[in-house]
Amino acid sequence: MLTPLPFWQDQWFAFRMHWKRRRYRARAIARARDLTCLKRGPRWGRGAILLFCTIRNEIERIDWFLHHYRALGVGHFIFVDNASTDGTRAHLLAQPDATVYATEASYKRARFGMDWINWLMLRHARGHWCVVADADELLIYPHWQTRPLRALTDWLDAQGQPALPSMMLELYPKGPLDQAACHPGIDPVQALNWFDAGNYTITHKPLLDCLLVQGGPRARCFFAQTPERAPTLTKLPLIRWNWHNAWVNSTHSILPRHLNRQFATDGGEGVSGLLLHTKFLATVVEKAKIEKARGEHFGNAAVFDSYYDTVAEAPDLWCAQSTRYEGWQQMEDLGLMSRGGWA
Amino acid sequence: MNATATGTLGIVMLCHTALRRAAQVARFWLEAGCPVVIHLDRAVPAAEAQAMRDDLGSHPLLAFGPRHRCDWGSWHLVAATQDACDLLLRQFPQVGHVLLTSGACLPLRPATDMQAYLAAHPQTDFIESVAIEHATWTMGGLSEERFTLYFPFNWHKQRWAFDQFVEVQRKLRIRREIPRPLRPHMGSQWWCLTRATLSAILNDPKRKRYERYFRRNWIPDESYFQTLARMHARAIESRSLTLVKFDRNGRPNLFYDDHLHLLRRSDCFMARKIWPEANRLYDFFLSDAARKLPPVAPEPAKIDRYFELAERQRTQGRAGLYMQSRFPGIDSSASKTAGPYSVFSGFDHMFEHFEHWLGQVTGTRPHGHLYAPERVQFHGGAKVWHGAISDSAAIRDYNPRMFLTNLLWATRGERQCFAYGPEDTMDHEVNWFMATDTNAEIHVIRGAWVLGLWQRAEISESVVAEAGRLHRREQDWLEILQSRWRMARLQVWSVADIRHAPELALKKAVSEIADPVALTAHGTAPLRPLDGFDAYLLALRNAGLAPQVFKNFQGDARR
Repeated sequence: MLTPLPFWQDQWFAFRMHWKRRRYRARAIARARDLTCLKRGPRWGRGAILLFCTIRNEIERIDWFLHHYRALGVGHFIFVDNASTDGTRAHLLAQPDATVYATEASYKRARFGMDWINWLMLRHARGHWCVVADADELLIYPHWQTRPLRALTDWLDAQGQPALPSMMLELYPKGPLDQAACHPGIDPVQALNWFDAGNYTITHKPLLDCLLVQGGPRARCFFAQTPERAPTLTKLPLIRWNWHNAWVNSTHSILPRHLNRQFATDGGEGVSGLLLHTKFLATVVEKAKIEKARGEHFGNAAVFDSYYDTVAEAPDLWCAQSTRYEGWQQMEDLGLMSRGGWA
Repeated sequence: MNATATGTLGIVMLCHTALRRAAQVARFWLEAGCPVVIHLDRAVPAAEAQAMRDDLGSHPLLAFGPRHRCDWGSWHLVAATQDACDLLLRQFPQVGHVLLTSGACLPLRPATDMQAYLAAHPQTDFIESVAIEHATWTMGGLSEERFTLYFPFNWHKQRWAFDQFVEVQRKLRIRREIPRPLRPHMGSQWWCLTRATLSAILNDPKRKRYERYFRRNWIPDESYFQTLARMHARAIESRSLTLVKFDRNGRPNLFYDDHLHLLRRSDCFMARKIWPEANRLYDFFLSDAARKLPPVAPEPAKIDRYFELAERQRTQGRAGLYMQSRFPGIDSSASKTAGPYSVFSGFDHMFEHFEHWLGQVTGTRPHGHLYAPERVQFHGGAKVWHGAISDSAAIRDYNPRMFLTNLLWATRGERQCFAYGPEDTMDHEVNWFMATDTNAEIHVIRGAWVLGLWQRAEISESVVAEAGRLHRREQDWLEILQSRWRMARLQVWSVADIRHAPELALKKAVSEIADPVALTAHGTAPLRPLDGFDAYLLALRNAGLAPQVFKNFQGDARR
């Protein structure tokens, strides 16, 4: 439950975060030199919904990713390709509605890609509704099959709500992880159709005024002894961008602080979505070995070695209480997302 | 003027956005032979207005009214309607009924259905018109004051000034006089009036006087015609033929493609407001697609229920749910957990196979000590419980409060019973949470932890130290439970009480959840044999434990 902060502490936090935001924007501008534009897509028009994505070696997911978001009504894709070697780059360059930037620089040194995204959004996203998602994240929201993103953004505009709060829902297969093969162009949710329905814990972080949601299969299986290290699951994947915004920690939190408060505190429910996280396709096992060696994904990478080791052994995340994915109505019934007042 | 008997339906459309859709609807009416007068907001750019005119072309039944700039709730909306109606009545003498619609309205039934319906009620005015003393739905508590105060400020753009000015007028007791013989009425701004009534309103000898008055009212478009119709109409049916669903902010809910099945069940002729990109709705209702499908019986209650449910979800939420878009502040939600649950403290130490017995008489799956230090003792020793809640003590202790709320949420509909006591990882926050939760039912046997100790270990220095620790913990917990902020139902016994009348206590503890038949069939759980316990107590006391601990074991501790 939410306890309000004392006034002066709140002011102090706001002051600190104000300067943090300026620092991050300065960093983003400085890191702009990492990026080279390989292809500039056609003009996307003033009202278009843009999608920003940092990507590396996602050839088996990219087709469905593009298909999913095009169907939702994304008008233009802006990719940062971070040194892909499996043909992802060429594939992206072939897309008619994509702008592609490339960089060989360190993902970690660019604050896990957020400096690049901050820069590109500063440059392109002003005033647009934007989706910011990784290649393994598929955004869904109430009525998503019948109402395109534009319907949601129109409604959010009418409500004066600048972002859609979402949670990452980790999907996993039944059986060892290296069994869930997925071919390009196929919905990965078909291979990964199990999830944890209700083991998520929420902590309110007063400094950023955001919610920290943790839990899910990774907390259950890999971080059972150190749950505080379990990955953060809150995200703001859909946001109306203002030039002075800056992402802090992936898309988990943003500055200015008030943008993080997209949850209802009056006892009611706001509208929310879900990011279906399709990380655990068969390739995750191979990638775990590579990522462990690269050490580009966590601040204190050594601590997560054991996590990579476990994933590399292709464990089974499925348990007797796993739930099979059936669609958004089921997600809403389970309280994993909500239509809020969007009837 | 006997055109009313045979007249057709005339349409007045107020448009300001999504003109493509408005044109589509206008064409629908024109094809059905209904004259249409379109009012284009003056804010519409000339190019767009021209595009719409070009789109519709010239049609003998189509006319464009004089343009006004219509802000929400302003007088100009009424003026625009008046001018358009005037034009319609003058230019198309065949019109018998006039339907006021907006560019975002969509006809739900074929035009012929509506014409037939109106032909069957040639003298009836369909206008929602409620006397202000009965209008309870108004926003911001302004109902009668809409008619008696001045409103020079815009509610949307100058909210602060608007509120202050209302407040000042209330303090100064300012009351504008309502011109006689008006009796203020309010209602939906979308109506369908007969030619007779409408021309009587427009040609009222006191029209100038009324206009001067309504011009200063707040939201006159919801009261001007509604009030005047009461004076001039012969037969009013006080309902709107247009379906509008308002949200809690007084804005109309939008209809999307997936509302098609709901809209088909409406008993209204029109619906507002439609999302302009809802292709399926426009395609369906503006074509004869509905005729090809088997007819459905009108069920307007279904629509009401659907939107009420969504509204309730927004305002009250689902009790006991904590998620990324619902995180209630302290005391801001009616219920902190998803359902009632029972906490038993010390019963497993006092009674043989208590857990098993509890399951038998209540038909539930009782857990052991959910907060046991080593691991979560789910029912039957399960490793994971509903919702994939792990039995890891570390995960539970990372957020012990949400462990409980998650468990109760994941097992909605199934009563949860579990053991809890000082030997568990007692979290101060969880203790307060349960004590102040109306869903909690807590039964405590004070001092029963000593029996646990006795069953576990011989007396030693460390055991005495632990006993002291457990005693302090129990004291803290009871203090919280017996504080004046407690909302949980609470029953406290001492060990002596239980030894004195075990069956009575047990029956009382489970009285609310046990099945009486099962209770008779299975009887009560037997007390554990306590041979040698008194000697153990004596030894503990001699080892230097505080005398308060032993009160629980003396018969006279009972009150």
